[in-house]
Amino acid sequence: MAKDKKTGYEPMTSIEAITAGLDTVGYISVSQISTAVFLAHGLRKPILIEGPAGVGKTDLAASLSKWLNLPLIRLQCYEGLDEGKALYEWKYGKQLLYTQILKEKLNELLGGAETLKDSLSKLSGFEDLFFSPQFLEARPLLHAMQQDRGSVLLIDEIDKSDEAFEAFLLEVLSDYQVTVPEIGTIRANVPPLVILTSNNVRELGDALKRRCLHLHIGFPDHEREQRIVRARVDGISDTLLNQLVRFVQSVRETDIKKRPSIAETVDWARTLLLLHAATLDEAFVRDTLNVLLKHESDIAAVSPAIGKMVREATGPDGRGRLASGYPDMG
Amino acid sequence: MEKQISNFIRALRSADVRVSTGEALDAARTVAMIGYDDRALMKDSLACVLAKSESEKQVHDRLFELYFSSAPAGSAAQSAGAGSDSEPGEDPKDAAERLSQLTQQGNEQALAAAIERAAEQAGLNDIRFSTQVAYFAQSMVRAMGGEQLQARLLEALQGRTPDADAEAQRLIDVRRALTMTARERAERAFQTFGAAETEKFRDEVAATKRLSAIEASDMARMKQLVAKVAKRLAVKHSRRRKRTQLGLLDVRRTMRANAGVDGIPFNVIWRQKKKDRPKIIVICDVSGSVALYVRFLLLLLFSMKEAIPDLHAFAFSYRLKSVDDILETMEFDAAIRKILREIGLGSTSYGQAFSDFKMEHENKIDRRTTIIILGDGRSNYGDPRLDLFRDFAGRAKRVIWLNPEGRALWGTGDSVIPRYEPFCAQMSHVATLKDLEKAIDEVLTAYS
Repeated sequence: MAKDKKTGYEPMTSIEAITAGLDTVGYISVSQISTAVFLAHGLRKPILIEGPAGVGKTDLAASLSKWLNLPLIRLQCYEGLDEGKALYEWKYGKQLLYTQILKEKLNELLGGAETLKDSLSKLSGFEDLFFSPQFLEARPLLHAMQQDRGSVLLIDEIDKSDEAFEAFLLEVLSDYQVTVPEIGTIRANVPPLVILTSNNVRELGDALKRRCLHLHIGFPDHEREQRIVRARVDGISDTLLNQLVRFVQSVRETDIKKRPSIAETVDWARTLLLLHAATLDEAFVRDTLNVLLKHESDIAAVSPAIGKMVREATGPDGRGRLASGYPDMG
Repeated sequence: MEKQISNFIRALRSADVRVSTGEALDAARTVAMIGYDDRALMKDSLACVLAKSESEKQVHDRLFELYFSSAPAGSAAQSAGAGSDSEPGEDPKDAAERLSQLTQQGNEQALAAAIERAAEQAGLNDIRFSTQVAYFAQSMVRAMGGEQLQARLLEALQGRTPDADAEAQRLIDVRRALTMTARERAERAFQTFGAAETEKFRDEVAATKRLSAIEASDMARMKQLVAKVAKRLAVKHSRRRKRTQLGLLDVRRTMRANAGVDGIPFNVIWRQKKKDRPKIIVICDVSGSVALYVRFLLLLLFSMKEAIPDLHAFAFSYRLKSVDDILETMEFDAAIRKILREIGLGSTSYGQAFSDFKMEHENKIDRRTTIIILGDGRSNYGDPRLDLFRDFAGRAKRVIWLNPEGRALWGTGDSVIPRYEPFCAQMSHVATLKDLEKAIDEVLTAYS
């Protein structure tokens, strides 16, 4: 638990409190997710979230920051990301500019020196001036360490970065400190709540995994997906919501390249609402299927069965079967 | 309870889930934080801390159910106290009475507690193989006072009165009930601690067995094993193709990077070279005895598509044909059967196969290609077409020849292996899955 009274993590007193809190900002959590967040706070460990795209991995971090009213600091990973862009950089331009401006002054100061040796010893006094926190450009990782009340640090798509960067993260993630050779070690007073996400583009190293709690977020079940869509889409009728979610759930069961995620369900719900659809019907579905499915081959694969799937989704008895027929969490 | 957790971690480790000491400490802290009361919560939390991938989570969940199903009994044992256990000097009559009490209806709690204590005494958590189940069950019965029960039973059997007979029958029932319960407990312990170990042992045996001697019943195991090997190799080799630094200044990029600081080169950028992506052409002899090896080689290579983006397979016995389509569209076993049926006929001719390859697929070879040839090099005294082979070897990055025949047989009879050998970067004898893994590993290492 947080020792310092001033931290922003205080609302995280129990797992129920986390679920309820996330609910207030429109993130529908399940016990596994809340447990992971609770443990991450209690054990001061980062959470590594894996799962298909669009199931709310990144959104969890955003919602946490919103609920706790803490800054969300985001580091998007990509191939070739290095320390200079993730941790800190010297403001070369500013240093150069200041040297130019202070040139006269420097000349004056150094003018008094008789020998080369004298000027050198005078000059060495200035070095610290230019390599001081004033000229330090904080990048996301350092920035997160400097927050007084704590922060939510989101390291997005860590699997896209290089292995070297992954190794470099280890110091930051296990000790919550950063070493700048010219200044020294900067330690976070209040460690950030760290969330890493991965889409499994490549296998992550064991060392990194060992330092994190592991959470897998899968596709939601019928119940949860309905609640999510209701929270995200204003004014959707219960009938349409129920039918739409049932349809999406049955699409996920078919053998397609990219199964629609929650984000796509929400988009689709908005689309149908715009078209003033009161209930799901085959023509509407056919016209708007490209919102739900993003590959031509997937649309072609689902198309023949649309009629049957719509009938099932709008039928009276499908609900119970679908709700229990699809596994929620991994 | 800490012992419970550490034993649980032992069970996880024996099932190939790697749990470090740090994670074990985390698990202890977690349990201290959330308490033991809520079983579902405990399962979620421990999964979060101990399992680091989807498959590990499945193993964790299975073991959690097995392991903590006995936990309530364990705590009951502690609360019940150890006073009712068998003592060395206990009178046989008392012991028999105590044990028959335990097996009565309504005493399940006490029986479970006694069983847990006996399990502890017998060191049940050390169980490794299924053959030990009976042994541990016996030790547990003995720890509960089975010997005294036996003595009492013998006594009753010698009584020869109706009363004594009834007594003997009752004691036999008691003993059977105790043994059954102990066996069940031992079985569960084996599932928790030993089953994974046995599997591992069998896998090791299978991996070092001659591929041609694998029986049909072992095929499923081999397939899983190949999948494991493929995963291992893919993880090793599909890591990002990093660039190497050449030590030469990249003037263009350096100037661009430092434009903001007046062109003063604060940031120096070196010229880099991209590494090649593996490109593999497999040419398989699918005649007779070699066919079995082809099956495993193709299974292995096609299971690691993520590490080998550019893979082409050809099969021949007399004429050579591309089998990419068959392998990609059909289920693997059916695909192999189809290949063997369609291509596996006719007498082997390496010369004919090479000239077919030259005619139709030569343009697939470039300087990044590794050609893997799997075959015994027995060409029925036909022209080996060394000229073509030399040409391929010259154009490709390297040629690797995998031969299922032992080295001693090379060059005997119609084998033309020694004549091909000078053009191959490597020619090796593959007999087991381990050999195959080593060969493929070497091929891929050449690209990194």
